[in-house]
Amino acid sequence: MKHRIASLILARLAIALVTAIIVSFAVFFATAMLPGDTATILLGQAATPEAVEGLRKAMHLDDPAIFRFLRWLAGVVQGDLGVSYANNMPVAKLIGGRLVNTLKLAGLTAIVAVPLALTLGITAAMLRNTLYDRCLTIAVIGIVSVPEFMIATLAVLLFAVYLNWLPAVSFTSEIRTVHDFARAYAMPVVTLTIVISAQMIRMSRAAVIETLNTPYVEMALLKGASRGRLVLRHALPNALGPIVNAVALSLSYLLGGVIIIETVFNYPGIAKLMVDAVSTRDLPLIQSCAIIFCFGFLLLTTTADIIAILSNPRLR
Amino acid sequence: MTSLVQIRDLRVEATTDSGRTIEIIRGVDLDIAEGEIVALIGESGSGKTTIAMSLMGYARAGCNIVGGSVTVDGVDMVKLSEKDKAAVRGAKIAYVPQSAAAAFNPAIRIMDQVIEVVHIHGVMPLEEARRKAVALFRALSLPNPDSIGERYPHQVSGGQLQRLAAAMALIASPKVLIFDEPTTALDVTTQVEVLRAFKSVISAHRIAGIYVSHDLAVVAQIADRIIVLRNGEVQETGNTADILERPQHPYTQQLLAAVAPHHEPQSDASAAAEALLEVHDVSVGYGPLRSDGQPAIVAVENVSLRVARGRNLGIIGESGCGKSTLARAIAGILPPFAGGVVFDGRELGRSARSRNADQLRQVQIVFQHADTALNPAHTVEDILGRPLTFYHGMPRKQRSARIDQLLDMVKLPRNLRLRRPAELSGGQKQRVNFARALAADPRLIICDEITSALDTVVAAAVIDLLKELQRELDLAYVFISHDLSVVEAICDDIVVMYRGRKIEQITPEAMARPEHPYTQLLLSSVPKLDPAWLDNLRQDPEQVREYCQR
Repeated sequence: MKHRIASLILARLAIALVTAIIVSFAVFFATAMLPGDTATILLGQAATPEAVEGLRKAMHLDDPAIFRFLRWLAGVVQGDLGVSYANNMPVAKLIGGRLVNTLKLAGLTAIVAVPLALTLGITAAMLRNTLYDRCLTIAVIGIVSVPEFMIATLAVLLFAVYLNWLPAVSFTSEIRTVHDFARAYAMPVVTLTIVISAQMIRMSRAAVIETLNTPYVEMALLKGASRGRLVLRHALPNALGPIVNAVALSLSYLLGGVIIIETVFNYPGIAKLMVDAVSTRDLPLIQSCAIIFCFGFLLLTTTADIIAILSNPRLR
Repeated sequence: MTSLVQIRDLRVEATTDSGRTIEIIRGVDLDIAEGEIVALIGESGSGKTTIAMSLMGYARAGCNIVGGSVTVDGVDMVKLSEKDKAAVRGAKIAYVPQSAAAAFNPAIRIMDQVIEVVHIHGVMPLEEARRKAVALFRALSLPNPDSIGERYPHQVSGGQLQRLAAAMALIASPKVLIFDEPTTALDVTTQVEVLRAFKSVISAHRIAGIYVSHDLAVVAQIADRIIVLRNGEVQETGNTADILERPQHPYTQQLLAAVAPHHEPQSDASAAAEALLEVHDVSVGYGPLRSDGQPAIVAVENVSLRVARGRNLGIIGESGCGKSTLARAIAGILPPFAGGVVFDGRELGRSARSRNADQLRQVQIVFQHADTALNPAHTVEDILGRPLTFYHGMPRKQRSARIDQLLDMVKLPRNLRLRRPAELSGGQKQRVNFARALAADPRLIICDEITSALDTVVAAAVIDLLKELQRELDLAYVFISHDLSVVEAICDDIVVMYRGRKIEQITPEAMARPEHPYTQLLLSSVPKLDPAWLDNLRQDPEQVREYCQR
């Protein structure tokens, strides 16, 4: 049995690796297809054709696409993400600090959102069809239907403009005390929590309800088990797979999907960096950001699948 | 003497999906004395499980106990609060479920589930409970009683799980036990062992309880008294012997008549008659082909059969013996990887794709579950009309007339033609399923467990219908079933399968003295209506060890 788990996990990791290669291929060619010639953009309208030609050669832009891809991929594997076109700094250096910021925001949101969402989802499943469950469901569907920039803007309007409790933008550089920290992060974290919790609440509620309807939970009820025991001991371990998957999907949103939140709150994260890179046509930077988002997503879904494999008692 | 359990005028209502409420238990009275086992007998939907569950003050989702009292050991379960009910469940009244395989939590070790009742109610120290569980495992003749509790449910067989479920129910020494069809999901050879284990435990612990079943022969072995139910009402109550020998109510008589097989020689065609279907050394499997050309799992190995014109061939065997796989191979749904099928003197393609329309038309297959075989979105008219258009290219008007004829043939009223499968009863659905095969004007119909999902009385009617149609339409059947009495009633030759192989071919007349030891074991394991059958049954332990995966 141990052997089977190992081979299943290895197979899953192999799939992840293949996916990673395909994804990098897609990212490279998608960005390569963006309109505009890099050399012309870099040198500006006034450049002579000879100068453009020279730069193209120096940057290997005339090589076949597949070679450029392989060279780029080799660089990525070695941690060399290339040099930014816009300000000639290594991309890795540009991204470094920003990535830490994004991860900080994502981690903080995850710490708040996951326990909150799972508690709400599981209690809603336990108290199915009660007033509590109905109100929660309506609220969740309501939140899912409101776009996140709307929530973010409303939050700014309410807390920063009318109530004047919090600053409208996050100045992470001025954090000295816990109070500063809370003030800087409160709104982005709350907004992101609202956005990603909705999905997790609905998925965990559905997964737990499904297992609550199984004969073994009825059997436990007929053994005199209390409601809490039914859910925590009997239903939850079997609902773990789908719940972990829902959590992973929601969290992966924190890496790539925070563009709007970071922009609204002017938060110096990697998504904001990418938006800026797009406006300056900084190809290496766009590619690197995109690849980081993709790899983060891949890492989370792969982890979720591996947890699902490990939590399956039939494979123990 | 006041009895241990008193149910008075019990009424249960169910809410249907459309929001209507219907009364499913209509004023039932029931008494159980100390140490007495009362059987509830009836077809599906008769309310037997609902009544049994009311003993624990429990009604399944959508059902409500709306009236009457259920007094167990002096306490009315209906009036208790949810918390007080939980205190009684498992401790004083315990439940043995129909499908133990589904009732065990796949994520928890067996021992932890068996002693969970003790954990919840705190009736004894857990260490003591573990020792008691092992003693119960031993009493229920489970293999490796000391270590079986350490396994997960998927690591033990169905028959073992069913006995483990009984141990789970007995752990806190309950006063009343509810057996809900505890052997229905088991193969007959396994059922014998489980019934024996139940019986010895029941008498050792002087347990009182309810035994729910649709199988009179099984109930005859266990119960002291039998209550016959229909549509939520008691039809007849009496001692087991009285009910079996002197049934008063016509419905009870009908039930008994449906159990006893009545074989009449079907045809005068002899076995030597011209062959309609010949199967030569067919091997079928699942999964990707390995380097030696065999699939990963071989389900049927080198099986040869011969169906003579006008004669019926039965295929019997326990679950997993490959009988349904063989049927699918003959029909070409699952192409065999070796061997061939000859129909009416001509070799058929292995896969249905390589057969022409006429070859397809002549061999039809009817599946076990009419529920899933019939498209729920289509009306009966659409379902029967499709093969008429496909095989015969019938124009509208002619098709309509033929649909009426087909409905007449399977004895369904013509006004059902506009209904959808969900609006038909189980028996009606199976008739439509069969009429669809008839629509092709086939010469051979493969019936795969077509009566297994039906109640005995309904199944008997379907079998009679098949016989009648055979006389009229010159059909031949390949009849696959795990139910020996059904096969015995309709077939002229019977093939016994075991682990993918054909081990013996016998005739119904010779069923009393089979040659192969597995056939002997299989046939002797079928319960009889005689209450002393189980006690008198002697099976060779050598054979049991060899052929049963208990």
